[in-house]
Amino acid sequence: MSLFKIFDVAGSGMAAQSLRLNTVASNLANADSVSSTPEGAYRAKEPLFSAVQKAVGGAKTAEADSAVGVQVKGVTESQADVQARYEPGNPMADGTGYVYGSNVNPIDELVNMITASRSYQNNVEAMNTTKQLMVKTLDLGK
Amino acid sequence: MSSINDNLFGLHTQALDLWQKRSEVLASNLANADTPGYLARDVDFKQALASASGTSSALPMTITQQGQIDPQAQSAQKLAYRTPTQPSMDGNTVDTQVEQANFAANGVHYQASLSFITAQIHMLRTAITGGQG
Repeated sequence: MSLFKIFDVAGSGMAAQSLRLNTVASNLANADSVSSTPEGAYRAKEPLFSAVQKAVGGAKTAEADSAVGVQVKGVTESQADVQARYEPGNPMADGTGYVYGSNVNPIDELVNMITASRSYQNNVEAMNTTKQLMVKTLDLGK
Repeated sequence: MSSINDNLFGLHTQALDLWQKRSEVLASNLANADTPGYLARDVDFKQALASASGTSSALPMTITQQGQIDPQAQSAQKLAYRTPTQPSMDGNTVDTQVEQANFAANGVHYQASLSFITAQIHMLRTAITGGQG
């Protein structure tokens, strides 16, 4: 029954979106962390998604390319500049009196959070509908 | 589906198969709503049903020798790409609202095909039992 494949596909979507929510949480939590060196400063993490085709038995058939799940390629770090602040009183300050904050943009993160949760809900909806259809199919002829 | 099912339930078993496949494609679109470069796809239902039920007038190519490209693998007639209404910067053409609407409609169609088959089963049962069961 090809309805089962929808569970795999929607499940992979949910996994990807929950990873995205995780990175958002990590970024927001570390938005105010400081470091004594620019290299040690927290950089915003960004997940990288890509579509993955389920090839059945290695052969590329019409059957295989209808179910396309989501794959998380990895988590990259934002290359935006970290902000240096002059805070000589800060115990983390370096020799010249600067501390280095994170390059997290809270607005970006909030937007990411909302889209991730909406996409997650969409996948849950798709799964629910599929489940109902499967139960109805099992009741066939009654 | 076996031929006995086809004779009993007509087009609906094939339709059910196609609705199932289409819901899979639409679920893939929804799951990949945030994947950069993903192109939304869909099944041309009318054409797919015509070719599944053998009423299509198209003459398909066949393989006459080993090593030729399998026309089935090209799958041009099975899945098409959606024309984006609102292009996005990352090349993704999934419009979540459109996909959700299609997914919901597809589920209703699937249930309609199911109830047609159920009605057919009831009819057969009546014929077998003579209305006693």
